[in-house]
Amino acid sequence: MTTKTFRIGGIHPEENKLTHESPTQVAPLPKQAIFPLSQHIGAPALPVVQKGDKVKVGTKIADAGGFVSAPIFSSVSGTVEKIDTAIDATGYRKPCIIINVEGDDWEETIDRSDKLELVKDHPELTPEKIITCIKDAGIVGMGGACFPTFIKLTPPPTLKAECVIINAVECEPYITADYRLMMEHADEILVGLELLMKGAKVTKGYIGIETNKPAAISLLTEKVAAMLNLQSSMFNVQVVPLKQRYPQGGEKQLVDAVVQRQVPAPPAIPVSVGAIVQNVGTAFAVYQAVMKHKPLFERYTTVTGKRLSKPGNYLVRMGTPMQDLIDLCGGMPEGDNKLLAGGPMMGKALTSTEVPICKGTNSVTILSGDEARRKEPQPCIRCAKCVGACPMGLEPYLLAKLSEVKNWERAEQEEIVSCIECGSCQFTCPAHRPLLDNIRQGKATVMGIIRVRATKGNKS
Amino acid sequence: MNPILIAVIVLGAIGLIAALVLYVCSKRFAVVEDPRIAQVNALLPGANCGGCGFAGCGGMADALVKGADKGSIEGLNCPVGGADVMGQVANLLGMAIANGEPKVAVVRCNGTCEYRPHVTEYAGLRTCAAMHATGAGETLCGYGCLGCGDCVDACQFGAIHINEATGLPEVDEEKCTACGACAKACPRNIIELRKKGPKGRRVYVSCMNKDKGAVSMKACKVSCIGCGKCARECKFEAITIGHNLSYIDPNKCRLCRKCVEACPTKAIQAVNFPTPPPVPNEGAKVLNSNSLNPLNSPKK
Repeated sequence: MTTKTFRIGGIHPEENKLTHESPTQVAPLPKQAIFPLSQHIGAPALPVVQKGDKVKVGTKIADAGGFVSAPIFSSVSGTVEKIDTAIDATGYRKPCIIINVEGDDWEETIDRSDKLELVKDHPELTPEKIITCIKDAGIVGMGGACFPTFIKLTPPPTLKAECVIINAVECEPYITADYRLMMEHADEILVGLELLMKGAKVTKGYIGIETNKPAAISLLTEKVAAMLNLQSSMFNVQVVPLKQRYPQGGEKQLVDAVVQRQVPAPPAIPVSVGAIVQNVGTAFAVYQAVMKHKPLFERYTTVTGKRLSKPGNYLVRMGTPMQDLIDLCGGMPEGDNKLLAGGPMMGKALTSTEVPICKGTNSVTILSGDEARRKEPQPCIRCAKCVGACPMGLEPYLLAKLSEVKNWERAEQEEIVSCIECGSCQFTCPAHRPLLDNIRQGKATVMGIIRVRATKGNKS
Repeated sequence: MNPILIAVIVLGAIGLIAALVLYVCSKRFAVVEDPRIAQVNALLPGANCGGCGFAGCGGMADALVKGADKGSIEGLNCPVGGADVMGQVANLLGMAIANGEPKVAVVRCNGTCEYRPHVTEYAGLRTCAAMHATGAGETLCGYGCLGCGDCVDACQFGAIHINEATGLPEVDEEKCTACGACAKACPRNIIELRKKGPKGRRVYVSCMNKDKGAVSMKACKVSCIGCGKCARECKFEAITIGHNLSYIDPNKCRLCRKCVEACPTKAIQAVNFPTPPPVPNEGAKVLNSNSLNPLNSPKK
């Protein structure tokens, strides 16, 4: 059987998975934890604590600021120092809650035992209850996009979900946090998947893993079989090995690869073709939230880079400044460095090492200045390599040009909003043209135009 | 009959009939356009810059005539032509001229390379819009000028250029028509169209930083820290402080320059004031517009 993958485009960047075999270590508590109020897609959270308040690990410190939003929980115990601004991953100073750490005192409601809870032992968990639990625990997509998970599980009534696909692809170079999580907490992930399936009222689940992680594929296949024996209920989960190709971890690419269905252009979403995609990290967080009453306040993060003396995988309390993790790994290398929240393909370049780990920070990647620096752009030679590499079937050279000359109308016709900003075009361009830089500008402008038009349409 | 004669008669007849049809059509389907629109259009500069808010001078002429019919051309202003052209248009239309205050583009950032050090290197697309979208830029100030020159590209009159020494855009007051294209192009809203002021003299806060004082001072030595000293000094209530940032209302400002003296970070600019004669006492602080203006400070 040939391994599956998505139909069009894609690239294969060098993997550089330096930390594949380093077991996860627990990162020490920070001295001061910073919680940005916007660490998810949607409205910023609203603080519910004040300066001087005492908090415990797991205390809610900010409530959801709207429907598309998520509450934030303290990952440390201590005193609220202040509600101020600090530089976050956007590069700008944004409102955040700063807590001085004192001891490690957890909320009593959190079950800290390692006992594996099974869904069949908890008949009281109805789909509604599961979704409320997920919503109240502040869980958002942990692959990096940070979209509130409960919204994904409750699609609009016109759409019907048929399956949940667990995104264990980790196609981004360098990052190994999801892999380590799978190797260390496979059972919990499977229970998390079952909870997600129950919450979304579907009976079919898939786990998509790239073939560069054979150990994870065999381990999860084994665990699925064991779970089938253990559970009297239906446990219809299939592990799908996928051929290595970037950006397979993109939702639409993963749906295409696993169930061979193509998600139409926006505003269509994966559930339009019946699929709900969730990251492995999210499945684990769902397990902990529902079964252990533990809200989302820590995550698996890879700290990596070729010049780091001790790269590794860490279980990190959110709010820990990146500098603490870099120090754990031997400190910032000499010379010019590029610091990324995320991997080298989709990661966000940062201007400060004091940026805290947030819900979506799957990796802290440090590239050397030489690796990161771009080459001088040359004129486009019309080779169409970018067209071949685009996983969305777009024409990146054209979209980039249209954005450059500000022809928004034509850019909209050419489906610029379908761009997933994976950067395959720019990666493959032999002339080193800043294709994605331009397209991103154009996409943002066109989306703005569409939003304005929609609000005008609603008013008239 | 002579074939030549036949040809002449036939062609003549066709010509006559065609002329008749054309005459009837031109009378019957005549489009009456106000002749004043063409006249006004002729008075406008014809730059089609869009500074008035219309797509081009034609649209503006149309709006002016329509406005005159309704009794007022208030709110319509050609920034390129300025008071001269608007006066002529008002004369033609028999209207009182409503607005004639000339304006000029003002760059509200003082953060030269010297005062606002670069802390990171940006390698992406060199436009302000792209840099703004990816983060704070190469300095620590998330509000200041990015220096890639989106405003320069937007200006159709060649009135703005980046000063290589300071890294900041400079406006040529002679060429600036206050069309506002640069202000629109700036992703950080740094450029403001301000009253040009008598003899070009004006006082403004040359900073957009809304961070708290300590934070903004860390990023830039000449940033506004929102201390409010200028507002306390002002006798005309022209200065308001909001979001740690001071703003001088050009309509209330009387150009006394008390605020310029009071500002501890020299964030307030006074331009085109005459330089006072040198103060004999060397130790005294020389408070003239040039010494306070980092852009005018002598090159080291």
